[in-house]
Amino acid sequence: MFDEIRDLYQEVVFDHNRNPRNFRVMEDATRKIDGFNPLCGDRITLYVKVNDNVIEDVSFQGSGCAISTASASLMTEIVRGHTEEETHGLFDLFHKIVTGEDSRTNFDELGKLAVLAGVRAYPARVKCATLAWHSLEAALKEDEETVSTE
Amino acid sequence: MTLSLDVAKIRQDFPILNETIHGRPLVYLDNAASTQKPKAVLDTLRHVYEHDYANVHRGVHTLSQRSTDLFEGARKKVKDFINARKIEEIIFVRGTTEAVNLVAQSYGRSKLQPGDEILITAMEHHSNIVPWQILCQQTGAVLKVAPINLSGEIIMEEFEALLTERTKLVSVVHMSNALGTINPVKRIIELAHSKGVPVMLDGAQAIPHMVVDVQDLDCDFYAFSGHKLCGPSGIGVLYGKEALLKAMPPWQGGGDMIRMVTFDKTEYNTLPYKFEAGTPAIAEAIGLGAAVDYLQTIGMDKIAEYEHQLLEYATTKALEIPSLKVIGTAKEKGAILGFTLHHIHPHDIGTMLDQLGIAVRAGHHCAMPVMDFFGVPATARASFSFYNTTEEVDTLIDGIKQIIEVFG
Repeated sequence: MFDEIRDLYQEVVFDHNRNPRNFRVMEDATRKIDGFNPLCGDRITLYVKVNDNVIEDVSFQGSGCAISTASASLMTEIVRGHTEEETHGLFDLFHKIVTGEDSRTNFDELGKLAVLAGVRAYPARVKCATLAWHSLEAALKEDEETVSTE
Repeated sequence: MTLSLDVAKIRQDFPILNETIHGRPLVYLDNAASTQKPKAVLDTLRHVYEHDYANVHRGVHTLSQRSTDLFEGARKKVKDFINARKIEEIIFVRGTTEAVNLVAQSYGRSKLQPGDEILITAMEHHSNIVPWQILCQQTGAVLKVAPINLSGEIIMEEFEALLTERTKLVSVVHMSNALGTINPVKRIIELAHSKGVPVMLDGAQAIPHMVVDVQDLDCDFYAFSGHKLCGPSGIGVLYGKEALLKAMPPWQGGGDMIRMVTFDKTEYNTLPYKFEAGTPAIAEAIGLGAAVDYLQTIGMDKIAEYEHQLLEYATTKALEIPSLKVIGTAKEKGAILGFTLHHIHPHDIGTMLDQLGIAVRAGHHCAMPVMDFFGVPATARASFSFYNTTEEVDTLIDGIKQIIEVFG
């Protein structure tokens, strides 16, 4: 029944939605930021521990749709151990892929994140996929304010 | 069950209902956001532009006269539709939002003093919250909010307690877009009037679903949008009692709203033109007139009765799904079914239903305070119109069941 939509809702997405990784408060975070998608009311609190320009740990809390929860969960797994510059590069690439700006179908460098490429066919849902990433970018810039996808 | 409308026949009036979405017949259940348009309205728009169009209230030429006659004819139709006393009481605006802003900026700004209060309810759409917040910042007035209960009904004792000698205006939604609640507006108006307080009703949701008689209600202002009433977007109506409108200063300045202009002073036009600066949405207003005609051939009482049957049917079916929670369970309710599913976000529901050809709204419905009250970030909302069928309800329910299965 939902054959076509399986591009968007892949098993990995369901898995990370059911069991989001790094879904916890981080007491010793060096940075914490609240992200908000005013379109749908999704909220995320992102915790980041940066040590010597390297992301040692990322975790999140909040409520969102399957796409935004899975995207946040996958992101926390992927950026750990990367430098801030590398993370910025990943965000750039991820953003291009989910908005369709980069139309490739093979993204080895993105690993599991590639499952979210299907979002490009659903423009209304791009913001769901990018909320966690926008929040991370803001956290790395040490923005004080709540970040919004608008 | 025996249904009170010949819906199969009505559906033939709406060309868009023949669309297929993702290879399936469209099931349009987002009527609270906007309604689809019958051929009568589409044909009218086309006819106006092909045969009658020019600017209104200006030229001496034939087309300008035709346009003006049709435009003013539409005003008369709207006046009769809501049973206003006079055509002077019908102000054409862009929509409900603009009507509320007009009252806030013209009536409110000229009347309110620091410490005065405006009373609304906890179930208002943002468009009946933000214009008053802006007005409060401008005047030093205070916005008071009457609370609601868990069924989504105004707690009337609390409302009464908040209605004091400081209250200068009450503005309440007639029917809630997020919850479907139909408020006891006659009672609210009686209570407010007993203290000399005028009442504005946000009728955006109520007007497509029931008979609205502004004289019977005795409301002071009534606002609604054409596009939720099978009419075009970009046109809406502010009804106001003539005495109030007469005493109010103009809101926007420009052409059409003046009688005489010199650089020293300007004499304003009479009602309703005093509030209609600039070229109005001409064809849209005429289209709204056609929509009103169309709805009256069916009958608003018949529409209300049928939609009530449809809501009952949908609610009963929805409640058979164990993980489904209905948000908005007021005793008096219009044809809106807001719901959440355990562990499945409304946005996922919306995208998946769309895959099955079903259009619903998912989100906060421009009523974030309502979502906060019910402790949900968003809801999914199926909102019905008289052209929807019980078969479409079945498709929706079946779709919801499939989503639950896929999410596991």
